[in-house]
Amino acid sequence: MMRHTISILLENESGALSRVAGLFSARGYNIESLSVAATDDPTLSRMTLVTRGNEQIIDQIKKQLNKLIEVVKIMDLAEHDSVERELLLVKVKAENSVEFETIKRVVDIYRARIIDSSKTTYTVEVTGDQGKVKAFLHAMESHNVMEVVRSGALGIARGMTALKL
Amino acid sequence: MELTGADIFVESLKAENVDTIFGYPGGAVLHIYDALEKDESGELTHILARHEQGALHAAEGYAKSTGKPGVALVTSGPGATNAVTGIADAYLDSVPLVVITGQVPLELIGNDAFQEVDIVGITRPCVKHNFLVKRVEDIAETIKKAFYIATTGRPGPVLVDIPKDITAQKAEFSYPEKVHIRSYNPVVVGEPQQIKDAVDLLLAAKKPVIYTGGGVILSNAANELTEFSRLLGYPVTNTLMGLGGYPASDKQFIGMLGMHGTYEANLTMNKSDLVVAIGARFDDRVTGNIEKFCPDAKIIHMDIDPSSISKNVFVDVPIVGEIKNILPALIDEIKARGTQPDADALAEWWKQIDEWRAMDCLKFEQDDKEIKAQYVVQKLWELTAGDAFVTSDVGQHQMWAAQYYSFDKPNRWINSGGLGTMGFGLPSAMGVQLAHPDETVACVTGDGSIQMCIQELATCTQYQLPIKVINLNNGYLGMVRQWQEFFYQKRYASSYMDALPDFVKLAEAYGHVGMRIEKPSDVEGALKEALALKDRLVFMDFITKKEGNVYPMIPAGAGQNEMILV
Ligand SMILES: Cc1ncc(C[n+]2csc(CCOP(=O)(O)OP(=O)(O)O)c2C)c(N)n1
Ligand SMILES: [Mg+2]
Repeated sequence: MMRHTISILLENESGALSRVAGLFSARGYNIESLSVAATDDPTLSRMTLVTRGNEQIIDQIKKQLNKLIEVVKIMDLAEHDSVERELLLVKVKAENSVEFETIKRVVDIYRARIIDSSKTTYTVEVTGDQGKVKAFLHAMESHNVMEVVRSGALGIARGMTALKL
Repeated sequence: MELTGADIFVESLKAENVDTIFGYPGGAVLHIYDALEKDESGELTHILARHEQGALHAAEGYAKSTGKPGVALVTSGPGATNAVTGIADAYLDSVPLVVITGQVPLELIGNDAFQEVDIVGITRPCVKHNFLVKRVEDIAETIKKAFYIATTGRPGPVLVDIPKDITAQKAEFSYPEKVHIRSYNPVVVGEPQQIKDAVDLLLAAKKPVIYTGGGVILSNAANELTEFSRLLGYPVTNTLMGLGGYPASDKQFIGMLGMHGTYEANLTMNKSDLVVAIGARFDDRVTGNIEKFCPDAKIIHMDIDPSSISKNVFVDVPIVGEIKNILPALIDEIKARGTQPDADALAEWWKQIDEWRAMDCLKFEQDDKEIKAQYVVQKLWELTAGDAFVTSDVGQHQMWAAQYYSFDKPNRWINSGGLGTMGFGLPSAMGVQLAHPDETVACVTGDGSIQMCIQELATCTQYQLPIKVINLNNGYLGMVRQWQEFFYQKRYASSYMDALPDFVKLAEAYGHVGMRIEKPSDVEGALKEALALKDRLVFMDFITKKEGNVYPMIPAGAGQNEMILV
């Protein structure tokens, strides 16, 4: 079961997202993460979808995606040299300066950033690939984590390869 | 010119050369019905079904028998949900349909308004595409797109949901000449390299078989298939959906394959070294146990839909495109090579196939006591010279119709293959008869199935559709009973049809001719009499053998060579 990150350009229309999501549930394909937003061309959305499957399943996923009328183009980043980033927001409780110092140390090690604070809480932002995000979460386990938000992966091919109209 | 949305809709259908719409009115489509009523062009006929499912199957029958898109119009809420079975049926059999549903007014959408359902959401997994129209200005273009999508590439149903208020608003009408959908570009011609690779395999084969499906008929490529097959001299088998794609009376035809296919077709597939799949999709009813499917064969697969390729079975040479374009390209390439298939190997292969054929697996004997369903179908075939349009429902009678009515022409065998929808037979026959008023249309049905859309007998009365209903009445949900006999130690759970109506009286109540036939010796006479009644619907209730079984049978999960013969 290989992990594949698939980039999808689709018409920026209501219903298009649920067609993609519906396809995955109807055919029993798994979605590990999904993120979507409009692109610089407002008529198009770009979706990054992370899935797993053997070669035959991935092949079917790509064909079925292409069959959806609103899907304009897709690219399987597993077939290219690519980079991936995920955004993570974590809110942790820190009720004294000792706690704060240890949190700060982890934040520094992972080159994360504190983006908000209150008397008793800190909100930390981390960007990185899946490995880094997981490692950071692991490092925070000994702290009092209140809330975790992850964006799901975004991916892009390196070099001159681009998914464009 | 400014027109209302309803008028724009009607003008758009006319611009698409639609002549027949099947539908059922209701609140959300009242403006549209009014516009249809006011239209004086005489170009559009609306056929009022008696249930939306009936309207949809009628549209399918129209489409399957003509190759043109079928059009259905229903109201919001229950009208739309009643249409869903027909939409799903069309989806699985790749039938080009444009289905228009009324919707509650735009500002009420999402409010649980009276007769509101999210039909776009409900049908998303069973349409080729669907639209919710939000502006009156978009109606014409959306209709254009709907017809374009429904009829190109792999055909399928397209649903257009139109809120009521929009059909009353006005806009300038002009029908687009063309549409371009940037994200939709079906492939039409096969890759030249793949054509070459396929011909390499075709000419090298020693035990080839041509296996064709509904795609040949949808692509209107029956003539091309015949030319291709004759050129090579290879055996041809059809799927249930592909019957008529190759003339059944031809000596190269070895019958239908699959669960109830012939002994020779399934064994030829199983022992072949090359399977040439044309517009067929390796459905589980065809392959049986996939692990045991054609163990020694290389596979060439031609299909319009890339996602059909290597979905169930790994394919050695895929060719994506219109069958109608691919076959001539293959024929040209074969001729250009100047090489012939290996004649000795082929003669040897045919000798083997003829031995399997000699088993005569469809043989049956008609005694003078109980009518056998097979006999009725065979007589129907004889008396109509194999040239009738035959629709069917789902069950044993469907398999017998497929096995014993030999189709020589495409578009004549109209059945629900993919979804297997009981209730399909009678309404689809209406669509066929309306499209072919002077042809014989027979609906081969069963005592269970006919009752699922029996109300359509009234539609037949209203429009004087002289369909010949052949009810193969075994008093059972026979196909269910057969499985219970084989696999559940004859525990006939809920498969006995108790309290059957008097079908003769029922037919008469609707204004038709009813006949009950109980003796084998009466079968032929009754059929002749019914077929001679050219302008009447005749409901023929054939009381047949109760516990007859469909043979051969490959049990679900078994291999192609593991057939039950009798
Ligand atoms: C709408 C629907 N419900 C249930 C089934 C399951 N089913 C398949 S065949 C069959 C029996 C059909 O009985 P009948 O029409 O009398 O035909 P027979 O098999 O007796 O010829 C049933 C219930 C179905 N195919 N479609
Ligand atoms: Mg029955």
